[in-house]
Amino acid sequence: MLHNLTPTVTYTLLGIVALLVASSLMVSLIVRLNPDVDFDELKLRTRTWWVMVTVMLLATVTGKVVSLVFLGFVSYLALKEYLSLIPTRRSDRAILIFAYAAIPMQTYLAATGKADFLPIFVPLYVLLFMSTTMVLKSPTHGFLHAAGTVSFGMMLTLFGLGFVSSLIILPDSVNPIGGATGLVVYLVFLVQFNDVVQYVAGKAVGRHRLIPSVSPNKTWEGLVCGFLTTVTLALLLAPLLTPFGRAEALIAGALIAVGGFAGDATVSAIKRDVGVGDTGNLLPGHGGVLDRVDSLIFAAPLFYYYVHRLYF
Amino acid sequence: MQTVRWLFHLLLVRPLVLLVLGVNVRHAERLPESGPAIIIANHNNHLDTLVLMTLFPMYQMLSLRAAAADDYFLSNRLLAWVALNMFGIIPVKRGDWRRRDGDPLAGCSRALNRGEILIIYPEGTRGEAERMTEFKPGFAHLARRHPDVPVVPVFLHGLGKILPKGAIVPVPFICDVFIGSPMCWNGDRQEFTRELHNRISSLAREENIPIWV
Repeated sequence: MLHNLTPTVTYTLLGIVALLVASSLMVSLIVRLNPDVDFDELKLRTRTWWVMVTVMLLATVTGKVVSLVFLGFVSYLALKEYLSLIPTRRSDRAILIFAYAAIPMQTYLAATGKADFLPIFVPLYVLLFMSTTMVLKSPTHGFLHAAGTVSFGMMLTLFGLGFVSSLIILPDSVNPIGGATGLVVYLVFLVQFNDVVQYVAGKAVGRHRLIPSVSPNKTWEGLVCGFLTTVTLALLLAPLLTPFGRAEALIAGALIAVGGFAGDATVSAIKRDVGVGDTGNLLPGHGGVLDRVDSLIFAAPLFYYYVHRLYF
Repeated sequence: MQTVRWLFHLLLVRPLVLLVLGVNVRHAERLPESGPAIIIANHNNHLDTLVLMTLFPMYQMLSLRAAAADDYFLSNRLLAWVALNMFGIIPVKRGDWRRRDGDPLAGCSRALNRGEILIIYPEGTRGEAERMTEFKPGFAHLARRHPDVPVVPVFLHGLGKILPKGAIVPVPFICDVFIGSPMCWNGDRQEFTRELHNRISSLAREENIPIWV
């Protein structure tokens, strides 16, 4: 048996692969039936999903330390995309090294099981240290902007995503059915599936724009379809992956759907403010890493503290 | 040694440039599919050559060359070995190109005759990061000798932020690469130089790039 995966988690992971196979077949069918329509983005997205699912599965089944290091690398890529988007000051260049250095430190804290310290590491120590260094080393002119934008980016890419690490290192005893891995798979799968449904439903039946000033792709129809699908899947998957009863699964699904949408919309607003379409181009069809993980940023802490409240 | 260079780029330079740093290329379709060609770009630091060589597919790697100042790159043996064998530089004497002791552009000419893709930094030096200066005439003389070889202007941005002159520790940023439309020798050196300078400057204005002061 692979590294502490319970049978139900293994089945779910196999189910995710089957779902990917099925959707790839459906995409190629749609493309074949509509030869006049340009489906390049859809094809590219599907192909990139294969790469992402493969990498994520490998990171999940090879052990917790690998998962934590992989998550740190994702945080690194997301932070790098963020810092490349925003205007930064030449004088703050050296301070940004500390922003990157915080990533291996946070990974180390997680790997050594400092669950209590992990959530306060960025907001308390890293931001305090960075803004103080900025006060001492950089000019006052532009301080608020620089300290504000860098702190916000750290909160999104390290603090927010860091709650996936907090889930990874939960004691497996919390969740006899799926272990900590079960909760991580539950969160990540629901968040990403919510994204896909919002996107597909928005394209297929979306008429009423939700936040036209931020993103033309977000529609009321997409949001509602995503929410209903996510809550339904949360109910169906809960017995396989989580200790949740029906009511808890319902609330968890709702938190994930709403948090996912909020994170996604927040990163869209950042992109709109600085005037770019995507945060990067590492994931063809999707954009950057930050574009892909944005919906985890708020969903992960909301979900973690919900679990924490129920079982600790 | 050619195989070592190929592997060095595949296993070290490309992961470093594409994953650790990150490159955002605009108008990649304007890159030449085969040599001979001259790539001219603004120069910030040594990372420029790593990034430019990453823009081409691996099968073209061994036909990529970069013109580099011999007084700097051949100054110590280790640097010379890396520059010559891992990056395929063509050492060029800086200063007056008309000087008597041989033709300083001969090596570049031979590379183009072999059908290779030659990278030239017409500013002649790294200068201050993220500031473009005037172009030296060398590349125009080369274009005049090879009037059929396309000259591709490229604007690089963000590499000076990663490693400004004098800095030791690099800070990762995603850099931007803008490829301009290629042009061949047009008969007038000053006009040719000015036109390519303009093309690179207008690439720089193509998008709203975050300011760095």
